[in-house]
Amino acid sequence: MATVYKKSAMLTDTPLHYCPGCTHGIAHKLIAETIEELGLVDNVVGIAPVGCGVFAYNYFNCDMQEAAHGRAPAVASAIKRVHKNTAVFSYQGDGDLASIGMAEIVHAATRGENITVIFINNAIYGMTGGQMAPTTLEGQKATTCIYGRQVRSAEGEVINGNPIHVSELLATLDGPAYIERVMLTDPANVMKAKKAVKKAFEYQMAKKGFTFVEIMSGCPTNWYMSPADALSFVKNEMTKKYPLGVFKDIEEAK
Amino acid sequence: MESRIVMSGFGGQGVLTIGKYIVYGGMHDDKEVSWMPSYGPEMRGGTASCSVVVSDRQVGSPIVTMADVVIVMNKPSLTKFLPCVKKGGYIFVNSSLIDAKVDRDDINVVYVPANEIAEANKNGRSANIVMFGAYVKHAGVTSYDTAVSVLKHMFEKKPAVLESVMKCFEAGYAL
Amino acid sequence: MSEKKLMKGNEAVAEGAIRGGCRYFFGYPITPQNEIPEYMSWRIREVGGDFIQAESELAAINMVYGAAGAGARAMTSSSSPGVSLKQEGISYIAMAELPCVIVNMTRSGPGLGGIQPSQGDYFQATKGGGHGDYHLLTYAPSTVQEAVDLLYDAWDKSEKYRVPVFILGDGILGQIMEPVSFKPMKEMPDPETKDFATTGKHHGKDRRIVNSLYIEPEICEPRNLELQEKYRLLAENETMCEEYHCDDAEYIITAFGSVGRIVRTAVDDLRAKGLKVGMIRPITVYPFPSAVYKKYADKASVKGFLDVELNAGQMIEDVKLSIECKKPVEFLGKLGGYVVSPEEICEKVMEVLK
Repeated sequence: MATVYKKSAMLTDTPLHYCPGCTHGIAHKLIAETIEELGLVDNVVGIAPVGCGVFAYNYFNCDMQEAAHGRAPAVASAIKRVHKNTAVFSYQGDGDLASIGMAEIVHAATRGENITVIFINNAIYGMTGGQMAPTTLEGQKATTCIYGRQVRSAEGEVINGNPIHVSELLATLDGPAYIERVMLTDPANVMKAKKAVKKAFEYQMAKKGFTFVEIMSGCPTNWYMSPADALSFVKNEMTKKYPLGVFKDIEEAK
Repeated sequence: MESRIVMSGFGGQGVLTIGKYIVYGGMHDDKEVSWMPSYGPEMRGGTASCSVVVSDRQVGSPIVTMADVVIVMNKPSLTKFLPCVKKGGYIFVNSSLIDAKVDRDDINVVYVPANEIAEANKNGRSANIVMFGAYVKHAGVTSYDTAVSVLKHMFEKKPAVLESVMKCFEAGYAL
Repeated sequence: MSEKKLMKGNEAVAEGAIRGGCRYFFGYPITPQNEIPEYMSWRIREVGGDFIQAESELAAINMVYGAAGAGARAMTSSSSPGVSLKQEGISYIAMAELPCVIVNMTRSGPGLGGIQPSQGDYFQATKGGGHGDYHLLTYAPSTVQEAVDLLYDAWDKSEKYRVPVFILGDGILGQIMEPVSFKPMKEMPDPETKDFATTGKHHGKDRRIVNSLYIEPEICEPRNLELQEKYRLLAENETMCEEYHCDDAEYIITAFGSVGRIVRTAVDDLRAKGLKVGMIRPITVYPFPSAVYKKYADKASVKGFLDVELNAGQMIEDVKLSIECKKPVEFLGKLGGYVVSPEEICEKVMEVLK
């Protein structure tokens, strides 16, 4: 019988702990396939975050380090300095990367470290139970903004403040070689996301600089939505605030 | 034998360097030595000072509170460190910049017009070397020969400067 | 041994680390340790290593985590407030059992405190420092030469026990210039020779995971017990201590780090006055040389102890525990950046012995 589909050898057989309808699994698969396709199976180190992706070291079938909350880009930078020709990637959520780890991501990016950062933006703190994230949309409910995120009161006083655009912010720096925002809402967008991940790893191995793929993902559990509704929310609501696209590509700019 | 020395002046007057000459002299003569700068905000433009110890035994505290010898290059340093000179000790006063007279009679006072001498020897930046010369003459744990070899070593790569440095040293030593 | 060279403590510590095989340094500016990153920034590349001026102390210690986990000999240095910031990372490193070296040239606290020498970080350096049950192999060198010699073997020890080494220095050690000699260069071992290192080459069942997360108690407890067993081994094999004129001493002064050298002068001066005084100076403050204190406390001829520190009394707790309250322990402390003088120590001893 002909094999028409096989799980990537870069994923272990450990069952994923992610909730039903979560797209972490697809993101893992895209990274795993990319590593395999680029022939990096025996030349790659991954860094897991703190957050829902904390157990990523159980899933990626390669050498992995588990970093402290937000510090994955610092850990990745150092690993890359030691093993300069090895692929190094970190996998981080919005709380990890855009809140507690904002200093590390900005500085790894501006130094232009030859690493790839996969940023999963689901606009919520998942593992700790649905608190407001730095990327939570205005009006979006979370356990620390139960009436929905409100930037300011009618009197102009700050309530929750504004969400942050990470890809746009990092694209203002000189160190990044490639920054793209993608989503995993349907097969066509998954294919686009795969291309972005692959390009990021290719640029990294060519030592072009810092590479970053923001993957917008749904969180049905903490959004209190069905998986299908969560994907629709990503597609119809999140993209209004966080538009898809390439924010930096040093090859295109040439 | 243990000699505990403090030198102090404006940043840029080369006081830390005098300390290094004394320490190198001690090392040359197989003594135990330490050099400890004052550090902190006052180093930026304010007063710079350092403590030097030259000893026959392992140096204990490198911080000199009561000194056998004090070398002051400016007036604030005189005010600050005059009380720290041990009875019978020495103070070297840069009289080019300090018009005050020392009002203690239980210590030895050597007035050195260091800047004037340095300028007369066409090396205005070497006032500290003049002070070093005077120190070696009067209170030095460093012998004349050791001091000369330290200076020759320090200025090995700048033979053009060495000549005027040696003149400044000799002029200080002659006081 | 090469010829002696006059060097500032911080620079000598940096060179000493490189001689000990350190090839990766990650740091952030803070007084009074700035000469360490400054020296490392050019020197470490000369020997084939790499340097990052990190964006913060948090990033620096996590870079150490990354590089050490990747099998390299890595180090960071800071001073008190900066070391507080590193504590989370140090806790992770302790649980992940990564070999590395952390240097603290302490200043006075709490808060921003001051930048003058102080020993207020003793508790932090010896009792763990961050969260969780852990310790570091903590050395408190008294002279620049001792610091350099301890650093020379620091990575060998750290790799042997898979426990981070902590150098508890202070502003005196960092800023003093003293003659120092260096041993021949040790090369950093190939990361691939370390069976825990994430070098990227281990796809499949032998893959390596550097981690400090053990979510189930049935795994987390045994991991903790393994750590505790290592600390027992450290106590058994790595405890270091200087005993100075203790043999016939009737009174013993004790101090660690830079204060040790000041006490040594006081002991000499008191002996010159005919007083039989000795000094115990722990070189490892963790593990603490309790047995040495106990030995002298058990001697009938020893009347008591004087503990001298640049803090409000921290090591004194370990001293009292060690001697099981068999003899009185007096205390002489200085706070806020003042440094005790040999004369003050002599005065205190004469007052106590009156």
